[in-house]
Amino acid sequence: MINKRLITSLFLTTGLLAGTAASAADYVIDTRGMHASIQFKVKHLGYSWLDGRFNSFSGEFSFDESNPEAAQISVQIDTGSLDSNHAERDKHLRSDDFLDVEQFPDASFVSTSASLDAQGNGSISGNFTLKGVTKPLTIEVSSVGAGDDPWGGYRHGFTGTAEFAMSDFGIDYNLGPESKNVYLTLNVEGIRQ
Amino acid sequence: MKSSRWVRQWRSSSSQHGWVAIGLHWVSALLIIGLLALGIWMVTLSYYSQWYHPAPHLHKSFGMLFAAILLFRFIWRLINHQPEVQGKAWERQAAHYGHRVIYLLLMAIVVSGYLLVTAEGAVVSVFDWLDIPASPIQFERQADIAGWWHRWLSYLLIACIALHIAAALKHQLIDRDGTLSRMLGRIQ
Repeated sequence: MINKRLITSLFLTTGLLAGTAASAADYVIDTRGMHASIQFKVKHLGYSWLDGRFNSFSGEFSFDESNPEAAQISVQIDTGSLDSNHAERDKHLRSDDFLDVEQFPDASFVSTSASLDAQGNGSISGNFTLKGVTKPLTIEVSSVGAGDDPWGGYRHGFTGTAEFAMSDFGIDYNLGPESKNVYLTLNVEGIRQ
Repeated sequence: MKSSRWVRQWRSSSSQHGWVAIGLHWVSALLIIGLLALGIWMVTLSYYSQWYHPAPHLHKSFGMLFAAILLFRFIWRLINHQPEVQGKAWERQAAHYGHRVIYLLLMAIVVSGYLLVTAEGAVVSVFDWLDIPASPIQFERQADIAGWWHRWLSYLLIACIALHIAAALKHQLIDRDGTLSRMLGRIQ
């Protein structure tokens, strides 16, 4: 406990010295331990959900319980890491009929404003870039939990959901009238820095 | 009617193709041209086409059937004589290498097609009758890389086939050495 207090006070001192730039509220998404996922789903013919995910991404966020509206997040996605558990479909989704990952290997979300309560529930708005098109997107956010982990760190996890029309990002392949929208689910567990 | 006599033997000799080699050649020709046409057509189908699923299924099924025929053809070639190639020295050389290039392309196209379908562990279903398992060895971006080679080697094969047909017609119609009728089973 003494050690922990010492470390905490060291952090606070460092924080004070460095000003507000590095606060205790900065988190890195745990993609090394993969306690995070970026999933998408699209209706198949209107009869069921087709689920897929991006296996490779990275990101960081800041969240301070005492100033939740100042929360920020940025996530970078390697579009070529798309995986829907079907090789031929994945190849098609990576082709220029859909994501054209050769030309647009990255997608990203960078927040511009947050409307969150002290627990971290609410919404975050920002710019979503996909297939070279950047458009505003709002992610509905709910906090899953936060606290010390068993290995000396502090973690906070959120789930975010968002929805967009594929055609807004230049994807016009006709999958049918019930399959125009993509639903994103982001599960992120941040390790406090 | 210069020659109305037909080859009778199954096996090839140094002057004639046997019936098995002739059959393998023409069945392969039919399958290859059919598979190329089907492949080029099926990738243009829209999601709501009724052929969207059956066309690739047929392409894969006939493709694997062709793989078996190709394998048998290699074996048959090894245990049989090859009729002598006709023409000038450079033509014989060109034919020798040209045929090898076509065989190599056929093999590479079959393998890349198989690797494309099985990239994430799926089986290749042959006419809903036989499931060919995925290779235990897989690599990064397998479907994309295998797909790229499958497509471009197929285009290259089309060019080789055009040359192959042009050469056969040239021998038959201009040189009048009976190269084509020999492959149709006529005795020279």
